[in-house]
Amino acid sequence: MTGAVTGAKPEPKPSATGDMIAAELDKTYPGCVVLTGAKLAVRRGTVHALVGENGAGKSTLVKIIAGIVRGDAGTLEIAGKPVAVAAWDRRAARAAGVGIVQQHGASAGTLSVVENAVLGVEPLRGPLVELEATAAAMSELGRRIGLPVDPWAEAGRLPLGAAQRAEIVAALHHGAKLLILDEPTAVLTPIEVDGLLDTLRRLAAEGTTIVLVTHKLDEVRAVADEVTVLRAGKTVTTFTASAEGVYRDARLDVAAIARAMVGTDLPPPPPPAAPAADARAVLELSGVQVGGELQAIDLRVRAGEIVGVAGVDGNGQRELGLAIAGLVKLGGGAIRIAGHSVAHAAPAARLALGLAHIPEDRQHGGLWLDASVADNLALGRADVTGRLQIDRARVLAHAGAQIAALDIRPGDPTGAARSLSGGNQQKVVIGRELSRPQLVCVLAAQPTRGVDLGAVVRIHDRLRAAAAAGAGVLVISADLDELLALCHRVVVMLRGRIVGEREGAALQDAGARSALGALMTGVEAA
Amino acid sequence: MMPRGDSGPDPVWSRLPQAFRIPFSGTRRELETAVLALLASIAITSVLMLISGKAPGHVWWAMLTRTTSDPYVLGQVLYKATGIALTGLAVSLALEARLLNIGAEGQVTAGVLACALVGTALPAGTPALVAIPVCVVAAAGAGAAVGATIGVLRVWRGAHEVITSIMFNAIVSGIALYLGNRVMFRNGTTTGAPIAPGAELSPLGFGGSSANTSIVLAALAVLVVWWLRGRTTWGQAWRAVGQSPEAARSAGISVGKVQILVMTGSGALAGLAAANFVMGHKHAFEEGLGRGTGLLGISAALLGRMHPVGVAIAALALGFLSSGGLAVGDLVDKELIEMLQGVVVLAVAAAVPWVRRAEVAA
Repeated sequence: MTGAVTGAKPEPKPSATGDMIAAELDKTYPGCVVLTGAKLAVRRGTVHALVGENGAGKSTLVKIIAGIVRGDAGTLEIAGKPVAVAAWDRRAARAAGVGIVQQHGASAGTLSVVENAVLGVEPLRGPLVELEATAAAMSELGRRIGLPVDPWAEAGRLPLGAAQRAEIVAALHHGAKLLILDEPTAVLTPIEVDGLLDTLRRLAAEGTTIVLVTHKLDEVRAVADEVTVLRAGKTVTTFTASAEGVYRDARLDVAAIARAMVGTDLPPPPPPAAPAADARAVLELSGVQVGGELQAIDLRVRAGEIVGVAGVDGNGQRELGLAIAGLVKLGGGAIRIAGHSVAHAAPAARLALGLAHIPEDRQHGGLWLDASVADNLALGRADVTGRLQIDRARVLAHAGAQIAALDIRPGDPTGAARSLSGGNQQKVVIGRELSRPQLVCVLAAQPTRGVDLGAVVRIHDRLRAAAAAGAGVLVISADLDELLALCHRVVVMLRGRIVGEREGAALQDAGARSALGALMTGVEAA
Repeated sequence: MMPRGDSGPDPVWSRLPQAFRIPFSGTRRELETAVLALLASIAITSVLMLISGKAPGHVWWAMLTRTTSDPYVLGQVLYKATGIALTGLAVSLALEARLLNIGAEGQVTAGVLACALVGTALPAGTPALVAIPVCVVAAAGAGAAVGATIGVLRVWRGAHEVITSIMFNAIVSGIALYLGNRVMFRNGTTTGAPIAPGAELSPLGFGGSSANTSIVLAALAVLVVWWLRGRTTWGQAWRAVGQSPEAARSAGISVGKVQILVMTGSGALAGLAAANFVMGHKHAFEEGLGRGTGLLGISAALLGRMHPVGVAIAALALGFLSSGGLAVGDLVDKELIEMLQGVVVLAVAAAVPWVRRAEVAA
């Protein structure tokens, strides 16, 4: 089936036959397999969306195709010509007409738009760089395709949307036939997003092939002719927009795409025991707002309750965690821990009230990597170390107990935290935080991200035990299966708001996963 | 993508000290680095001597024998080392909290100024039991005030400590010269009135050298910093702030508060060096007294790998190079030996990634 489209809103026909990209690639980083036979086939003149959860390997796949990252093995054809994966670099990719606009931009901020455009391929007149011709050509090109750019503007001072436009125009100026955009909307406002999606459709209509990396299904629905779903480094399937639908929006089965993204191959977990009906609230948020990322969050966690926060990364979950821990300034609203107002309290004051915080990034937020396991297990824990002079014997005893309880390996308390594997590092953070005396409330941000299965089980056991002992637990996770396995209640965040909630029996339904998945991706309102 | 603190992306020069502070998995590696760096710099300086037509072996041997056989030179080594040890401690304390205190130089001058002002203001009959602590506190307090200001500017206003401390070096030496001219220098000289005799620290002898009992103060400072750094929650806090500020913040440590306290302590240690110069040696304010000690402190901190005991040893080595250089002045230009002190720093910087690689390979 081809994507030729008929109907009331005619779409451009894919210009020619044949594939722009045919790739099957492997990539392994030390200790981590990113891609294993990930397949991508993109037809000429189409908008092809590449979707998947965080860590699925989307960015790596397109970076290999664009020659930014080198693939380990596999096959790659660009515009029908096979290329050597081992020798494919950015220069070769650019010559073959592959343009890429990266996730966070790749502009030198103090240079002008045109200087950035010619960086590395400067046109020379004698010994001097000749910019006028390029600038004029970029202005003209931008005008023609409806992406006005000021070639002489300083790249670092442009709004993110304008900087991105400039990168697109620069890529097209260099003759890109294939334009890859890696999560281009992550940094844009909704109006800029609409503008960008319009542009992509227009470029495809003029014959440019577009690969759009995203995890937002509403964008996919608005713009894509085909959709490839990646999960854990493998291609799950490719969807093609049906030719029948009158409206573009109806031509992709987004519910099926959402299911493919989150995966449905795990058995349903046993339901957790419910908290006491009259349990007091240990964590209350009302109207909490942080910058533009978090909008009027109301949330309540009762003693003994495990509440999950689901959502695709980047929808305000990170800010929610930081706000509760006191690591970011609130724009407004109130936070109460065990009944005490802490909206403006320092992190230490919140910890003193019985908060435990498992930060989402163990490498930067959770651990002091250069210190020993024992010191990490006691960091900031005056109850273990003593006030001024450190009680070495108690620190080691405490470490020994946590190492045994969580099976931290290797079990040497004096070894550096840096030398531990990701799962064991995470166990150290869990051990420190969940062994706090008088635990009232646990904030666990992505507690099992990038952690092996054995560690996941132990970490979940400790979180359940904390709840059973009377603490309220808030788990922020991009992994829906984890939340379904752990939580009494799951709320879904989208664009800085809580957009839906499922509780109790409704969580154990067969349909709970796809309903939450749909909420996460903005396919349906609550 | 990670937030890196409140003051935005760190400029390049603040990453430079990080290159020096890659932690090794033990004192053996640190020792290897320091020894390697010293040997490398001696080799480089030897080449320079050869180029200028000197016999390096002869010069080094003369330096060693003249220093160890002449009690005066040995005393001068101790005198220099006392000041360098204190500024070295000051710089390494700050470095471990990811702050580059280039301003130890100005903090020494502030200490010298305050120590001399207070010392001369004391009545001549003040007993040592009162005069010495008062002058020591004045010296440390003045250094601490400068350090604290730099810390506050860094934490509250995001002003980079390298820039502000360079400015403070100029400001403090300007103030010292101004006050010297207006109230302290005696007719036509650049020396002020003598401090109260009770505030003088007695000399250690050594053939009439400048070495004095302030070396006890320096040894005490080494001990206290060693204890604080390795044995207390304070030391843990400042090292955690230096190596993992995000983790420290998550664990409830106030990064800003720690940085201000560390800069205050660092300034106090640098200010303490004034005891060596004013109370132990000149017994008066003098233009340029203690100059260069702050900068040598940076070398001592790097060569001593930020460990208090290492810094003390490095201070002795640097004191040896600078006094020994004078002792062989008839054999080699003293500028060549002065260059050696700079070469040492470069050699440490070069040796760290080398030893690091050896450690990874092991």
